[in-house]
Amino acid sequence: MSIDISQFHETFFEECFEGLEIMESGLLNLDIGNADNETVNAIFRAAHSIKGGSATFGFSEVASFTHIMETLLDETRDGKRDVSQELIDILLKSVDCLHLMITAISKKETINMDGVTAVQNELENILGKTPEPSQVNEKEESESIDISSEWLINFKPHENILKTGNDPALLIRELERIGEIKVSVNIENLPCLSEISPELSYLSWSINIKTPESENSIRQIFDWVEDECDLDIKLLSNNDEIKETISTPPAQEIVDNKNAQPPVTKKTATESGSIRVNIDKIDALINMVGELVITQSMMGHLDGGIEDFDSAKLEKLKDGLTSLERNTRELQESVMRIRMLPISFSFNRFPRMVRDLCQQLNKKIDLTMSGEQTELDKTVMEKIGDPLVHLVRNSLDHGIETPEIRIHKGKPETGTIELNAYHKGGNIIIEITDDGAGFNKDKIIEKALERNLINENESLTDDKIYDLIFMPGFSTADTISDVSGRGVGMDVVKRNIRELGGTIDVTSVIDKGTTFTIKLPLTLAILDGQLLSVGTETYIIPLVSIVESLQIKNENINSVAGRSEVYRLRDEYIPILKLHDVFDIKLESNNLEEGILVVIEGEGNKIGLYIDDLLGQQQVVIKSLESNYKPIEGISGATILGDGTVSLILDVEGLINVQKSAAASKIAA
Amino acid sequence: MASILAVDDSASMRQMVTFALKSAGHEVVEAVDGVDALNNAKKTKVNLVITDVNMPNMDGISLIKELRTLPDYKFIPILMLTTESDPEKKQEGKAAGATGWLVKPFDPDQLLATINKVLG
Repeated sequence: MSIDISQFHETFFEECFEGLEIMESGLLNLDIGNADNETVNAIFRAAHSIKGGSATFGFSEVASFTHIMETLLDETRDGKRDVSQELIDILLKSVDCLHLMITAISKKETINMDGVTAVQNELENILGKTPEPSQVNEKEESESIDISSEWLINFKPHENILKTGNDPALLIRELERIGEIKVSVNIENLPCLSEISPELSYLSWSINIKTPESENSIRQIFDWVEDECDLDIKLLSNNDEIKETISTPPAQEIVDNKNAQPPVTKKTATESGSIRVNIDKIDALINMVGELVITQSMMGHLDGGIEDFDSAKLEKLKDGLTSLERNTRELQESVMRIRMLPISFSFNRFPRMVRDLCQQLNKKIDLTMSGEQTELDKTVMEKIGDPLVHLVRNSLDHGIETPEIRIHKGKPETGTIELNAYHKGGNIIIEITDDGAGFNKDKIIEKALERNLINENESLTDDKIYDLIFMPGFSTADTISDVSGRGVGMDVVKRNIRELGGTIDVTSVIDKGTTFTIKLPLTLAILDGQLLSVGTETYIIPLVSIVESLQIKNENINSVAGRSEVYRLRDEYIPILKLHDVFDIKLESNNLEEGILVVIEGEGNKIGLYIDDLLGQQQVVIKSLESNYKPIEGISGATILGDGTVSLILDVEGLINVQKSAAASKIAA
Repeated sequence: MASILAVDDSASMRQMVTFALKSAGHEVVEAVDGVDALNNAKKTKVNLVITDVNMPNMDGISLIKELRTLPDYKFIPILMLTTESDPEKKQEGKAAGATGWLVKPFDPDQLLATINKVLG
């Protein structure tokens, strides 16, 4: 029987990443010179599990790499090695390296062995010797000798052999598998019946076996009972004098680290993301389905034809519908919760990052985190990771001052960065607060003028000033450091957050610190939408992207460059995009004053959508169109409305592009 | 077919062991560490125990010692999963009352062959 073990890979990878997290946080918690035994043990166990699993699942590079880590950790655990900064550093580095290796394997990519070998050499150096070749791939190999020879085996189990669960009869049966046997039993030690204890073994055997196998293979059968028996194996006859005596010791298959390729790279197993779900959530779901079944049967009782449908039944029907509505809502919430993960998945990387950067920048920083258990949709979580890293790096590099400056300013030498997450309404709020230098408004304005982002005599509110830091190419750092300050980033951060349907705000007080507040929707699968009508069609636009809606006054419409129109709204001129032109819909009237202008914003641009009417607002479930149709500019998906009709969801950024290219083509014409 | 208690803190190893055993027609009870295993062993009597050595809460060696004190588990085969790099663990395991061991890495076929060796 052969079993495809690749089906367990997904679980194994997840386990590895969990193990690596345990190792990392354990390493960060280790005090130099004073190893907490339980922590070292936990780190050791994690490494050990990864080693065992990777060897089993055929990832030999990972296995041999972890083997060295394990040896180091084992020595530390036994107190043979002190916990030094050097040791922690190299182990952390190894954790990173393993992370890369396992990520590569899980994505069926080739491992960058140069990097691995470099870290491995460092590990070996610290180990102080070239470690013996990893034995994890050891296989018993015995040269097969095709001519049988005859052996005499004297097997005398000790009395207590049964107490280890071994059974002499089974061992003899094993022998039978490798050759032809003749067995004689010796009962001289058997006491009289009244003295026999059923728990002890009194017999011994002499076995004559003809087998093509080597002595080693025979001994292997008795491997487990070596210490529980007297064993004597003699060669009786020898049909091939030369070959016979060769019994190869177990050959060690040495793993060639440099040339070994991950065996999975060629496999085409489908990669499917998986998610671990707390059993409580599943139970809640099952519970909810139970409720639904009850409601269904309750309504089933109403069945009886229209003739005898009286007011009593109508009441019941109403009740049924009410609970159906409640059930559906609860079911929806429970299903959504399955995709939710605690934000600690994202936060966990920060202690390590802060530690490393502090070393690099010679700063002292305490990182505190709260609300790690706040849950967030998996997809949102994956996408918010990078922006968060960027913001924390910024706080570290630009926010928190060096200890000298801090003392000079009369602040505590050690700075603090706080990460906080909590739910508010249908959103999750993530705050990143530092007690560093804060933003210097004058400096921001100065830079903005330098880069022509604002006008000399423009009066700016605080919010507007802080908004400037999210402009592409903006950086107030005087010098560019390794960590941040290349001016690439804050605009990307804002864009990423916006793509998730979220917002980011800054408050800052000079010399007191800065707080970034990120607000994100809990999930991407459901959207708060504004329904709007154009002709006979209904469209949906994400509520977050609407700035305002207004009734059009003809005198505010101006034509630019011939035909493209702009609307004057207070001090701004906003390009108008007529949705009925974009989607080719005939309107009853051409009088713009009868319609509504919805001002939407995306990527720093505003446009006015001209529509017929605003309908209601509601939560809509997003259905992808791209699996059935090709992507359409200006449309991000579709949903089914309460009355069963399909409505398209407008893509704000796409519409802005449509408007830009339309304007460009009109100018060209 | 036998009922087997499979003990490992690693979910993937547990999955693999369970899958292999079940496809050979055995019944499998899973446990995540020694403590869990001991509780399960007391609840359901099994014909064979396969246990990992390095586990949190209670390791494989202590589990074997504890099991051997239970009348039901005095003579049943207990196999430990170990790595070749710790031969002293084998000795420790034997001293605790293990029947034998299976060296990691192993594949499902090796596992089944070893099990047949002790199940009779």
